[in-house]
Amino acid sequence: MNHPWLHRYALLLAACTLFLVVAGALVTSNDAGLSVPDWPLSYGKLMPEMEGGIFWEHGHRMVATTVGLLTIGLAIWIARVERRRWMKQLAWTALAAVVAQGLLGGMTVLFLLPKPVSISHACHAQLFFSTTVAIALFTSAAWRRGGRAVEDSGLHGLAIAVAASVFLQLALGAAARHQALGVLPHVLGAVLATGMVLWLVVRVLIRHADHDQLRKPALALLAIVVAQVFLGIGAYMSRIATLDAPQPMPVMVAFTVAHVAVGALTLAVSILLAIQIFRYVRRPEAELVAQSVTA
Amino acid sequence: MKKYGISFAVASALILSGCGGEKKEEPKSEAPAPAAAPVDEASAATINGKVAFSGTKPAMRNISMDATPACARAHQTPPKSEEVIVNDNGTLRYTFVWVKAGVPDRQWPAPSGPAQLDQLGCIYRPHMLGVRAGQDIEITNSDPTNHNIHPLPKVNREWNESQPPKGEKKVKQFPREEVMIAVKCNVHPWMRSWIGVVNHPFFAVTGEDGTFTIKGLPPGEYTLEAWHEKFGAKEVKVTVGAKESKAVDFEFKG
Repeated sequence: MNHPWLHRYALLLAACTLFLVVAGALVTSNDAGLSVPDWPLSYGKLMPEMEGGIFWEHGHRMVATTVGLLTIGLAIWIARVERRRWMKQLAWTALAAVVAQGLLGGMTVLFLLPKPVSISHACHAQLFFSTTVAIALFTSAAWRRGGRAVEDSGLHGLAIAVAASVFLQLALGAAARHQALGVLPHVLGAVLATGMVLWLVVRVLIRHADHDQLRKPALALLAIVVAQVFLGIGAYMSRIATLDAPQPMPVMVAFTVAHVAVGALTLAVSILLAIQIFRYVRRPEAELVAQSVTA
Repeated sequence: MKKYGISFAVASALILSGCGGEKKEEPKSEAPAPAAAPVDEASAATINGKVAFSGTKPAMRNISMDATPACARAHQTPPKSEEVIVNDNGTLRYTFVWVKAGVPDRQWPAPSGPAQLDQLGCIYRPHMLGVRAGQDIEITNSDPTNHNIHPLPKVNREWNESQPPKGEKKVKQFPREEVMIAVKCNVHPWMRSWIGVVNHPFFAVTGEDGTFTIKGLPPGEYTLEAWHEKFGAKEVKVTVGAKESKAVDFEFKG
């Protein structure tokens, strides 16, 4: 049974979560992570004076609260109307994830930005966004309609490897941003992740260009990765160019925040493509038979 | 559902306990040194000198305080960054000069009172401060806006506290020697001060004439260090005899 409003609600949650990622990136880029020393209140209030770094930090908390409430609503809605058991489990997992993310955020403040916690907070945000995108996909009419299956060998493993390499790259980026690692591992990771994405996209486009559910996310992933590489170069160059500035400069903040947001999109779309591959691509019969004989 | 609830609780507890381990303990003070003895004025030596700057004088960057009108209103024209200030006589302001090694292991006379750190016009004043280990530092917020005071020590304990507009003074100490500790305000990211924490009284900060004077040193051989936030640190060895006054100059290149 279709629930178009549930799907729209899931899309809204995904959009708000991307905005939350942007708000979080603005906190880090504006060096405002500890501008509000207390948590969960801000300067002992629900609404402090929104000035300087407090605007970024408390604004981030407000968006996070909104996303948390929306996720509670989604979990309850799905629990009430969904028949697919795994969807209910996914929705409750998303709720647990957003609560955990809030706790991680609180700990970054109370423990003065310990690197492992800050990096976990950044990585977890990306995973949560991907989860909301996946829920939006699973609640869509297109997902329920399904489509024809195609055969391909080895695409499943490649799709997982691509999503994993993109996540690794995001983790390296977070580690560089929170000064646990230098920028070099992130640059090397960019080469690896871009190469992996190109390999997968080219393969999907060559073999399954006539399959909408595979071609569209593959093209989207390609466009996003190209943009991401340029944004990464921009973020690095703007940072170098403004090193002597007495405060974070808007050009650096804009490039870096865009790079973080498009990074989140890269992971979400790579996971979305992997999901579509697992749904619509079957391994060839001969390969399955050979495998069962070997077994 | 119950299963998920239990898993989440366990995961949260693990995360919280792991994070608790990150918290730095308040460093314990060093073992007490021998009792305080007055410096023998009859034999005390003096080191003085200047910190020169050579090369192209860097432009002082404007600070934009637009994000906080209360800060912007405090200035007729945009204030300048104090990271590098080359004085008119070619010397460098805000260089911390201290005796890094060679000072006898004894308890030196206590400082006369607390050191002062103010937040005025959304700028830390002074930009650089030298204090004794364990000395009180009185922190004042003279601005009509919130600040957070956030020192970033490596040896002492890190802390981060807010201070409301014209709120009560805070009194803090750093119990261990550490040169230097950056102090930030994350509400106003341009705000930065530097505190040098030293076990003895032999330190100075260069001012508008770029000079320094370190008085009352017992005769001996010392390592003198000049530290600048942009240009790093330089050391020289210096030997002073009784009542001797020795000139030592440093030079940093831009």
